[in-house]
Amino acid sequence: MATFTLPKNSTVGEGRTYPAPAGAKNVRSFRIYRWDPDGGANPRTDTYEIDLDQCGPMVLDALIKIKNEVDSTLTFRRSCREGICGSCSMNIDGLNTLACLKPIEEVKGDVRISPLPHMPVVKDLVPDLSQIYAQLRSVEPWLKADTPPPPDGERLQSKEERAKLDGLWECILCFCCSTACPSYWWNGDRYLGPAVLLQAYRWIADSRDEATGERLDALEDPFKLYRCHTIMNCTRTCPKGLNPAQAIGEIKKLMVERQG
Amino acid sequence: MSKTTDVREAVMVGRRSDGSLVRRPLSPHLQAYDMLQMTSALSITHRITGVVWSIGMVFLVWWLASAASGEASFGGAQWFFGSLFGILGLMALTAAAWYHTLAGLRHLYWDSGRGFDLPTTYATGRMVLMGTAGLTVLTWLILFVTWI
Repeated sequence: MATFTLPKNSTVGEGRTYPAPAGAKNVRSFRIYRWDPDGGANPRTDTYEIDLDQCGPMVLDALIKIKNEVDSTLTFRRSCREGICGSCSMNIDGLNTLACLKPIEEVKGDVRISPLPHMPVVKDLVPDLSQIYAQLRSVEPWLKADTPPPPDGERLQSKEERAKLDGLWECILCFCCSTACPSYWWNGDRYLGPAVLLQAYRWIADSRDEATGERLDALEDPFKLYRCHTIMNCTRTCPKGLNPAQAIGEIKKLMVERQG
Repeated sequence: MSKTTDVREAVMVGRRSDGSLVRRPLSPHLQAYDMLQMTSALSITHRITGVVWSIGMVFLVWWLASAASGEASFGGAQWFFGSLFGILGLMALTAAAWYHTLAGLRHLYWDSGRGFDLPTTYATGRMVLMGTAGLTVLTWLILFVTWI
């Protein structure tokens, strides 16, 4: 059911302000969502004033600087800092993206940072992704074939067949798209969401996979697939420039085509 | 008491450092997200105009029913639709109907597997907005010209 307001324990209050060091000229405020399971209080927004002359260019640089130099309790996921691991996905300035790929310069005014939307918060900017991982597993994102591979090598594809996977294999499972989707917010218990459906299509589109029929059968469901209303927030927000909406559109097309 | 449980409830429970259970907060969604971006703004407008149009159909039924039940009741309906409030309401209804029709065509285009790339999505979105404005004005120009 769609609930447009936050539950009572989730409303965000005003937190502390950490002022910029004296003499800082190029100061920017980072307004960051904080929640500590040990505190027993509601989430709050802490404000960190950062001297951009002493900070790297990306939002992740600022987060790491805050954790290293200002407030070591700030909690967030990060790893590769180059947009390939998908760990630092979060909501920055109203849109979901990777903190490591988002230049601070692109944000006008205060930099507002909160966890991926409509998710259970583990701590600060860390959401619990177990539901979405379970949904990913449910589409069996691996190659399924009854035919054994040739004894002397791998399963081959033509260049054209391989090209069908471009724009699909690049997904890094950061889940910016799924958590940008209002339909996933309201129906994420049963709707699979753009990221998982893009993964489903990645195997449907694979010429080596022999389970296309079963995969489509599994998705033929009013909620799993058809809660997609082509809102397009997924494609708008994907930090890798992929097009989950199109992948879902292709699945819907295949559903119609196989009706004959 | 029957209450359908959202499976996501299971992950709303976390643990504190001492192992005790704690109810996790839900991260901000509408409160944090930029809902004025064209993608979701046009989508929710499509739904709202659909609802508005459906409500408008109730008034169409009232108008027809009043016409069927005699001169007095038809006169009342005609007075309502001819009043300033009625005219403005009909104008809003026309805009809603045009928007819903054009956005529906946009959805048909998507359903054919085309127009998913962002530049095309923005272009078709602008076409829907401009088309709604243009066709609403045109509809009422024709109405006024044929009335007078």
